[in-house]
Amino acid sequence: MKRLFPQPLFSLCLWLIWLLLNNSAAPGQALLGILLAVTIPLFTVRFWPNRPRLRRPWRLASYLAVLLWDITIANLVVARLILGPMHRLRPGFITLPLDLCNDSAIVVLTNTISLTPGTVSADLSIDRRSLLLHVLDVDDEAQLIAHIKYRYERPLQEIFEC
Amino acid sequence: MLELLTSFFLIVGGLFALIGSIGMARFPELFMRLHGPTKATTLGVGGILIASMLHFSSREAGLSLHELLIAMFLMITAPVSAHLIARSMIHLRGGIDQIRKKSGEQAEQKET
Repeated sequence: MKRLFPQPLFSLCLWLIWLLLNNSAAPGQALLGILLAVTIPLFTVRFWPNRPRLRRPWRLASYLAVLLWDITIANLVVARLILGPMHRLRPGFITLPLDLCNDSAIVVLTNTISLTPGTVSADLSIDRRSLLLHVLDVDDEAQLIAHIKYRYERPLQEIFEC
Repeated sequence: MLELLTSFFLIVGGLFALIGSIGMARFPELFMRLHGPTKATTLGVGGILIASMLHFSSREAGLSLHELLIAMFLMITAPVSAHLIARSMIHLRGGIDQIRKKSGEQAEQKET
């Protein structure tokens, strides 16, 4: 079993993507999808020198739900800023100290930050301990950092082994 | 009824895509311009995709869910390209310390 599916979650994702690409759940497509889900990881397993280990994969679902909600809010917030007066915006860079040890977790966090209200990730420090963010309207720097840490970083620490 | 819902999502999606583009045009500086396409556009495309899912699920036999893939790939790739643009801009302007110094000077000039 372990040899057939070196990355079970990856195989599952591939299978789902195959079904979605074909836009059907017909038995033939499902079978072909299983074939691909078995063979593709066998060829790509060497591309992952330190494979991400998910400790609690099911938590990803709740994380995704929070993220989708926040993206909707982010859109409204940014839309208001775009249509509002420009000179009142206080753009600036802030540095976010990172407590994540896993590369994949950092990738997910950077993407999350770019998709949520008024923040875009701009640069990751070489030692991977801090992230540079550009903020559209800085109100309270410390509060923003605490918010990101509490809402996104803590669940990611739980999902990925850290 | 379903048509009403479909058109609602189409309009909402189109509106947010438009606002994102207006942001690109209105913001005075490159780093601020990045905020438009990474956010407003995701909901813009999202609205249009929901409309497409509703429309084709009711038209043809079975659910039409492959729009989910477009949303997924967009959510993965949009922040990455924004990150790369921001990064290369920081390097072009001689590092983050230079940028911070300059924006500090500009703020002082504004006050005086």
